Amino acid sequence: MNKVLDGILYNPTHEWAQIHDGVATFGITAFAASQLGTVVFVDLPAVGAKLVQNKEFGAVESVKAASDLIAPLSGTVVEVNDDLVGDPEAINKDAFSAWMIKVKMTAPAELNALLTPDQYRAVSK
Amino acid sequence: MDEIRKTCLYDKHVALHAKMEPFAGWLMPIEYSGIIAEHTAVRTKSGMFDVSHMGEIRVKGPDALRYIDYVTTNEIASKPDGKVVYGMMLYPNGTVVDDLLTYKVSATELFLVVNASNVAKDYAWLVEQTEGFDVVVKNLSDEYGEVAVQGPATEALLRTIMGIDLSDLEAFTFKHVWWDGHDLLVSRTGYTGEDGFEIYADPVATNVVWDILAASTEILPCGLGCRDTLRFEAALPLYGHEISDEITALEAGLGFFVKLEKPDFIGKTVLVDQKAGALKRKVVGIELTERAVPRAHYEVYAGETKIGFVTTGYLSISAGKPVAMAMLDLAYTPLNTPIQVQIRNKKIPGFVRDKKFFKKSYKPKGDKANE
Repeated sequence: MNKVLDGILYNPTHEWAQIHDGVATFGITAFAASQLGTVVFVDLPAVGAKLVQNKEFGAVESVKAASDLIAPLSGTVVEVNDDLVGDPEAINKDAFSAWMIKVKMTAPAELNALLTPDQYRAVSK
Repeated sequence: MDEIRKTCLYDKHVALHAKMEPFAGWLMPIEYSGIIAEHTAVRTKSGMFDVSHMGEIRVKGPDALRYIDYVTTNEIASKPDGKVVYGMMLYPNGTVVDDLLTYKVSATELFLVVNASNVAKDYAWLVEQTEGFDVVVKNLSDEYGEVAVQGPATEALLRTIMGIDLSDLEAFTFKHVWWDGHDLLVSRTGYTGEDGFEIYADPVATNVVWDILAASTEILPCGLGCRDTLRFEAALPLYGHEISDEITALEAGLGFFVKLEKPDFIGKTVLVDQKAGALKRKVVGIELTERAVPRAHYEVYAGETKIGFVTTGYLSISAGKPVAMAMLDLAYTPLNTPIQVQIRNKKIPGFVRDKKFFKKSYKPKGDKANE
């Protein structure tokens, strides 16, 4: 149910980050999605927006609640998953495929602050 | 904080794997199969809710009618026995102690149903107001469970599943039904905007009723999550949101349930003034023109001017639109007035609209509440 993927990194606040060639892809975890229930709205930043690690960059909302998205890493938004805005329930179907934004990292040392899959498994029990 | 309480149906919810959360001091089912499926079941067929957390208070005595028409805003004395009347108890300043249903058993006996979060406060308030009235007020909340069964197919399903005929029961009336050795108090009332019934009984009978309805699989168990989205779409107020001890009955837009022509009732003086022009703000409907979710407490603006706040809002499940009820300064309450709702760091544009957030599919006879 609450699967945790290997090969990617995690925020304690339940976002995931997949790193490839200095670009990080962000989403929320299956655990977060199951806690939220059916997602009805995602509020994402525009291309070019500057994100700061541990600061809010948008929100994901279920019928009942809005939950802030917290940036796992600092950087500049280079791509936004517009399909997700039209079909937010995709997050409930497969949270790890339902990526939100791609961010060109500006402080790679920040990676050290993120959780490994094993560490995140312990957090999301 | 007092220990969290469990209703007499708690074990049923756990067995159904409901998502349980604290609400008004009770551990309540928020959703079972999902809020959207549950909401839709009530709008299209039938859903069942455990609302045993609600408070029941009995008023008995020769002055019962004179008393209730003094402590609540609506008018009970002239109504026939068997009638259910929606109203509010107010403080002298016109703000709301609680909203409630009054069941007129007879000229000397009334059965009041109040919000779970307010039972202790309401009971104390009601007792305090008995001076000069020959009545006895008793809190019966622990003696009753309550199951609400709501939706257009409910009357037919209750006939099939329980073998009880409720076709003679008009909206906002009640009767006692002897069923399988149990005394059920059944009213044609609810909190969803749909036709439906509320069944009050002792905890044992409440369990028997719940079991037979749940076993039918025709009626979907529904949690408090969709209870709120349903009542919101029907523009029904919730204590702590549209009404509170900081909001008057007229500010809440509930003047229909306030009988200012009565000789006296608590809060009347202030409401008469407000009706005569002193009203400064009121609850209206709003709709956003961009996709977003306007939620309770978000601030509402006209340009740079803060003009109020959202009381309840959703991306409406029935209509798919971002809509809300909001308390706005009176100058901004005419239909189509442009407004913006502050959502995180953005001001999302919208306009003032009516509060008919969904199209009612079926209107039971005698329903005056939503006119």
